[in-house]
Amino acid sequence: MESIQAKQGLVGPNDPIQRTQLPYVTGTSVVALKYKDGILMAADMGGSYGSTIRYKSVERIKPIGKHSLLGASGEISDFQELLRNLDELILYDNMWDDGNSLGPKELHSYLTRVMYNRRNKFDPLWNSLVLGGVKNGQKYLGMVSMIGVNFEDSHVATGFGNHLARPILRDEWHENLSYEDGVKLLEKCMRVLLYRDRSAVNKLQIAKITEEGTTISQPYALKTFWGFTAFQNPTAGAEGSW
Amino acid sequence: MTKQHPAWSPYDNNGGTCVAIAGADYCVIAADTRMSTGYSILTRDYSKICKLADKCVMASSGFQADVKALQKLLAARHLIYQHQHNKQMSCPGMAQLLSNTLYYKRFFPYYSFNVLGGLDNEGKGCVYTYDAVGSYERVGYSSQGSGSTLIMPFLDNQLKSPSPLLLPAQDAVTPLSEAEAVDLVKTCFASATERDIYTASSPPLSFSALCDGFFVTVKMQLW
Repeated sequence: MESIQAKQGLVGPNDPIQRTQLPYVTGTSVVALKYKDGILMAADMGGSYGSTIRYKSVERIKPIGKHSLLGASGEISDFQELLRNLDELILYDNMWDDGNSLGPKELHSYLTRVMYNRRNKFDPLWNSLVLGGVKNGQKYLGMVSMIGVNFEDSHVATGFGNHLARPILRDEWHENLSYEDGVKLLEKCMRVLLYRDRSAVNKLQIAKITEEGTTISQPYALKTFWGFTAFQNPTAGAEGSW
Repeated sequence: MTKQHPAWSPYDNNGGTCVAIAGADYCVIAADTRMSTGYSILTRDYSKICKLADKCVMASSGFQADVKALQKLLAARHLIYQHQHNKQMSCPGMAQLLSNTLYYKRFFPYYSFNVLGGLDNEGKGCVYTYDAVGSYERVGYSSQGSGSTLIMPFLDNQLKSPSPLLLPAQDAVTPLSEAEAVDLVKTCFASATERDIYTASSPPLSFSALCDGFFVTVKMQLW
């Protein structure tokens, strides 16, 4: 640890510009899906410092403007800086006072450009972002990675969620999910992540955005069951594995 | 002894394959719709085709963020061209612009493997094929991307292209009809999908066919 610190150093006034970082405090997966009335997004409230779960009340989903939700995994401080950028963006948008406001498509485009430009400077914002929202009846859900790879889809997930949650979503998601079904599906994904992702914590928020507005739930915990027979003797089917 | 951390890479390969075939009065451009990273699929429904001008369509595979940036740049340049010249850019013109744009970033390249297709100034089909830093050549057909090694030899066999060493130079533009060319392209993707993990289209392929100035983008079921 010490030698790495010495190599990277602390920022002094005459020091050379620092470039590519290593992430320090990180958030794990964000999972989101489109449902009948809008977007549902879920993320736990953990902030890990390497293998320690250091912070347990980190809000990783934030409303942006009137029409969007932004969820982030990866370096929390980079997410906070992004929020400051977006604050300024939304402020200038409001100052026009012209009845128009930035929608999710525009924000997704803005975030993609920001992430891509930082990547070009070899100084990335170490995040995977999920941007969802509704404007004029049109639902939108997209993702941006730290090197600027972006796409939109009916359901997205970052980090471990891409491996564990997406297959569940591919199997069980369909158009016009009701709110209750959407929440159940998201909770199913988050439960699997809780069982299998070591950086997951059992304290999550589910956020909803519709044409009417945004709601981010109070933090709550999922019911878990550890009595599955497969959990009792996990290597029964494959001796020598773990 | 300090532990060496691997340097973070600004690139990623999001996979995918593009194909274009030029005919006497048409051009068919096609690309699969899968976007991957590592061994994961990010999305099954992403179009790699971008219409740059009325008679010019680009299909690009590789690193998606660079492809997107390239598409935006060229679209912006085309808009300026339209404002300044009050007309659409020709396909050969766009081909040169793309080459120059790619070479501009010769020392931090766009990781983008492009195929440009369209109709030239005489209305004949044209296909231009590129590498990541802007080397380009007008050809009768081409493929780029992860499945290109599987598709190119197949196209060479089916389209019986004349040797580029012949004098006088012979056109590589195919005498096939548009429907036959589209069918051939579908076969190419069917084969590439069998063996290339990065090539697949579970919603249908996105296709663009340019014929006599009419631009048609069609999503067709492969099977």
